[in-house]
Amino acid sequence: MPEGTGAATTGADRGLDVPLVRLSGITKRFPGVLANDEVSFDIRPGEVHALLGENGAGKSTLIAILSGVLQPDSGRIEVNGRPVRIASPRDAIRLGIGTVYQHSTLVPTLSVVQNLMLGQRWWRPLGRAAALARLAELSALLGVRVDPDATAGSLSLGQQQQVEIVKALWRGERVLVLDEPTSMLTPQGVEELGQVMARLAARGFGIVFVSHKLQEVLAFGHRVTVLKLGRKAGEIPPARLSALSPAEATAEILDLMFGRGAADPEAPRRRASTIRADDAPLLEVEHLSAGEGAVQDVSFTLRPGEILGIAGVDGNGQKQLAEALAGQLRAEAGRIRFAGRDITRLPVARRHALGLRYLTDDRLGEGTVGGFAIGTNLVMKRVGEPPFWAGGFERPARIAAHARELIGRYDVRTPGPEVPIATLSGGNIQKALFGRELSGEPRLLLANKPTYGLDVANIRAARDRISAAAAAGVACILISTELDELLELSDRIAVMYRGRIAGIVGNGPDAERAIGRLMVGGA
Amino acid sequence: MSAAATPAAAALPAWLRALVPLVLALGIGALILAALGRDPVQFFANVLNRAVFNRSGLQETLVLMAPLLLIAASLIVCFRAGLWNLGIDGQFLLAATFASAFAAAWVAALPYWVAMALLFLLAAAVGAGWAMLPAFLKARYGVNEIVSTLMMNFLGFGLSAFLIKTLFGDPEHPAPQTTMLEVAERLPRIGETLVHVGVVFALLVILAVHVVMTRTGFGLRLRIVGHNPRAAEHAGLNVRRLTFAVFAISAALAGLAGAVEVLGVRGVVRADWHPGYGLLVVPLVFLARFHGVAAIAFVFVFAVLSIGGESAARRADLPNDFLLIMMALILVILAVTDHVASRARG
Amino acid sequence: MDALFTNAFLVAFVSGTIAASLPLLLAGLGEQMSEKAGVLNLGLEGMMLVGAFCGFAVALETGSFLLGFLAGAAGGMAVAAMMAALCVALPLNQIVVGIALTLGMQGATSLAHHVLYSRTFPRLPRQPEVALPLLSQIPVLGPSLFTQNPVVYLALLLVPAAAWLYRATNIGLNLAAAGSKPAALDLAGVSVTATRAFAVLATGALGGLGGAYMANIGAGLFVPFMTGGAGFMAIVIAMLARGRPAWVLGGALLVGFATSITTALQVAGFNIPTDLVLMLPFGTIMLVLTLFGRRAGLPAALGLPYHRGAR
Ligand SMILES: Nc1ncnc2c1ncn2[C@@H]1O[C@H](COP(=O)(O)OP(=O)(O)OP(=O)(O)O)[C@@H](O)[C@H]1O
Ligand SMILES: [Mg+2]
Repeated sequence: MPEGTGAATTGADRGLDVPLVRLSGITKRFPGVLANDEVSFDIRPGEVHALLGENGAGKSTLIAILSGVLQPDSGRIEVNGRPVRIASPRDAIRLGIGTVYQHSTLVPTLSVVQNLMLGQRWWRPLGRAAALARLAELSALLGVRVDPDATAGSLSLGQQQQVEIVKALWRGERVLVLDEPTSMLTPQGVEELGQVMARLAARGFGIVFVSHKLQEVLAFGHRVTVLKLGRKAGEIPPARLSALSPAEATAEILDLMFGRGAADPEAPRRRASTIRADDAPLLEVEHLSAGEGAVQDVSFTLRPGEILGIAGVDGNGQKQLAEALAGQLRAEAGRIRFAGRDITRLPVARRHALGLRYLTDDRLGEGTVGGFAIGTNLVMKRVGEPPFWAGGFERPARIAAHARELIGRYDVRTPGPEVPIATLSGGNIQKALFGRELSGEPRLLLANKPTYGLDVANIRAARDRISAAAAAGVACILISTELDELLELSDRIAVMYRGRIAGIVGNGPDAERAIGRLMVGGA
Repeated sequence: MSAAATPAAAALPAWLRALVPLVLALGIGALILAALGRDPVQFFANVLNRAVFNRSGLQETLVLMAPLLLIAASLIVCFRAGLWNLGIDGQFLLAATFASAFAAAWVAALPYWVAMALLFLLAAAVGAGWAMLPAFLKARYGVNEIVSTLMMNFLGFGLSAFLIKTLFGDPEHPAPQTTMLEVAERLPRIGETLVHVGVVFALLVILAVHVVMTRTGFGLRLRIVGHNPRAAEHAGLNVRRLTFAVFAISAALAGLAGAVEVLGVRGVVRADWHPGYGLLVVPLVFLARFHGVAAIAFVFVFAVLSIGGESAARRADLPNDFLLIMMALILVILAVTDHVASRARG
Repeated sequence: MDALFTNAFLVAFVSGTIAASLPLLLAGLGEQMSEKAGVLNLGLEGMMLVGAFCGFAVALETGSFLLGFLAGAAGGMAVAAMMAALCVALPLNQIVVGIALTLGMQGATSLAHHVLYSRTFPRLPRQPEVALPLLSQIPVLGPSLFTQNPVVYLALLLVPAAAWLYRATNIGLNLAAAGSKPAALDLAGVSVTATRAFAVLATGALGGLGGAYMANIGAGLFVPFMTGGAGFMAIVIAMLARGRPAWVLGGALLVGFATSITTALQVAGFNIPTDLVLMLPFGTIMLVLTLFGRRAGLPAALGLPYHRGAR
């Protein structure tokens, strides 16, 4: 694979010789993991530099080094041709580098404008009026609208993301680094973000854009760098990128990511239905309401082997519906029947024992106990059960063997089952959780945004897993904001709008348009 | 602080790691003593001679360990479950007061072991009962238990003193105190020693607590709640019920500590008695990383220091409170070396 | 019975309330700042004791009350500096170190008292008071409320000052961020360590001042363990106040009221069980929590050390 091609193509394409920021030979080691291995990376004015790579490839690590959060073990950083040391986030800000991190960095208890003002020298007056004016200006530039006095924690995830971007621009005068900013956005939000990046690039900003979605990368990026297992697998400079057709570019990026000849995992396809029509319905939901209006009067049925997609703009009650079905949220009205049995009042554990599995979208917040070993996390929903416990006592060998099996089967990249799960990259945590939910005897899989944050290969694997589960007779509810995903996997697609099911559409040629209409509240 | 982390006592150089800070702390203590014009060597020799190398002294040390071990067990349960029950002192004192109030009468009226068993049960129940309000507030409204249990301490001290001055008071006695349990009726001694069976009981309890917390499904459930209550909810654990269980077990153990202290050694509770053991044991349990065996070792060191230190301080014409400085030094230096060691391990 | 209603009694009662509340107010305001910044400061009791000792010793030595108070604040800060070094600069466990500091300072002040004063038991003369013009002329309230040591007025002024600091300054924002999401503060380029250390030092100064008040104004002498758990009470008050300085004032007054009414009633010849009256404020708080139970909204990162870039 080509290495450090940055220097070879310097400026030729845009007539700008000195990159704003140049990272060369960056190496960063964690216990048991080489997260960055001699990586070189340039950020040039007026350019959106897309950074791709599998889960755990080292993208966030590189960004943490660029932002002063982590110190590289070796390597050089130059800004405007001068070598610098970015010893702290303050240094990065001083150098004009603003970052939107993969995980939220808003203080949930402070208001939007307070979050933005954070970081001024302490002896200065707060300058609220000036801050509001600046916020108005940046909001206009970015085309976002937020209440400056709303508490950050009360905003929807999409709005929080917008505030993060405003915050990054607030601090970074010349370089904007975006680590997977689109994973929380609606398709329209993604489109808007693309325009914002283009506008900023036109103003001379250097932009780093991390995404797992190839279309986004091709649509917004001028230059592409691919990381693989911490090493730079290759770089496609602007001249070459613009010369390629989208299909050729996709193929080339996939080659870099997965080796030659990899099929396009994003190519549209559709699963053959595996509904067992003559079976009785497995799940019957009647007039379910929960979460103080978050879910209202929802009814549907589901047969074994069927996949019901749930579409809708994020925050329309999908999460609460999932929690109500899993038993984490009390049903305020209505009934849930599972395999002919009323489970409306059953607690989470009893539903789990019946085969109802909830794959949560909040992997760190509730899906795992970060400090516990992977092995322990994999049996977290079966505490006390045989064969992992006997007579109340833990059997560590069984738990470890189980963990090793799932780690192998689900391709979790980790030094071993005794590692704390929080040290895995997001994608690998999700693979482990898939393993946990699909082990044992699942009958219904409730998957909430199962592919969010995953790289293309893992998205493929996750979707195949859901298909395979359905083929094996497991009923699936697939909550997703990715239309492609829903169209690929679902037999029917229900659209949630303001807590209600606005309509259920059979998956077919016209489904996409029908869903689009329902999602924005149209009939 | 992951509960799964290598416990201080399990790793190979653990005894060394525990010894180095001890020596350092004693060294600084020696400097202070020298500055005060006392002979440090003599002082520490006195401590050891009194508390370890002297038959009756060693026995006193072991006897002092009994309530401390039970309190350590109580704290291990709640800390591992992520609940900061800082109300042990109130639970301890109230349970001791109740056990002491009924001890003489029950021992007189019932077969000895029945009476003792009932007194222990009573103490456990009183301790647990005193923790139910904070447990309810935590489980129902999420009220922070540090605040509520600290307040229950102040309430418990007041209530205990009030009861001793009114209902439970011994009218024969001028100062307010409960009826004395005669020496012969206190917990039986082992052989010819001063060491009563409560010490063995306490050791067994803390070991059992350790095994339950680290090796059983119940213990893992508590640890999950302790590390991430939302994950516990998601995994189908009944967090409210576990919260009640933790408070009940932890406070019952604190109550048992009170019973052991009163039925084994003191025989009586005076209205102004405030041993304040809880506050002393909390840091020991932290330093032991919630590990039962390590906690036994730390409690032993502490007991040696208080039994031996008392006499050494008297002989050196220093206030007994001088030992608090030694205690603090040991705690801080242990914490520092622990940190340095965990950094070195990476 | 009549004694209850004499002016002298009421004056004594109101001043008693203030005298009992004031150390709690000062220490509580301090602890509140630490907690806001994410440090649970269980060393407060030790800081108060050292403040009491230093305040007393310097006032005795120099005869100056002002210097005494300054020394009290400095003594508290010295203990706080240890807390900051161990729990903010180093990520040691706050509960262990806090309790260790309290124990150590109990021992150290007791030892110092033993060495210096255990033979002579010196006392300070009564402190000068400042009567506020006009206001002090009001019957009963005048002599009780408005004729006080300057420290009392200072402490009361600190309440709105702290509220302003939290609401309208960068320091306030930094403190809130350090307690709620330290990573966000760090990524914004502000040192979490410096912010937390500032809060802890301020706690030490205020706790020390509270202790000095207890020794120099309240008692006029120093005795070992004289703070008698006031530090822990202040911690409880600060936690319940959830970041609002005015609530610290309210809590301190409530506890001070219960303390002084016990003494006052006894002086007036009522034979009521003091133990029960002393339980009143805590009983009230527990009752309020039970009836209107709400989350005591503590900062999310309270008690947790911060490492940049840790997972
Ligand atoms: N603080 C840490 N301690 C230990 N290992 C770490 C730490 N941070 C990252 N790693 C490891 O370094 C590797 C790179 O992680 P990184 O987060 O940079 O991946 P990524 O490319 O951003 O992945 P994703 O697409 O899933 O976000 C992973 O194997 C991860 O487990
Ligand atoms: Mg990442």
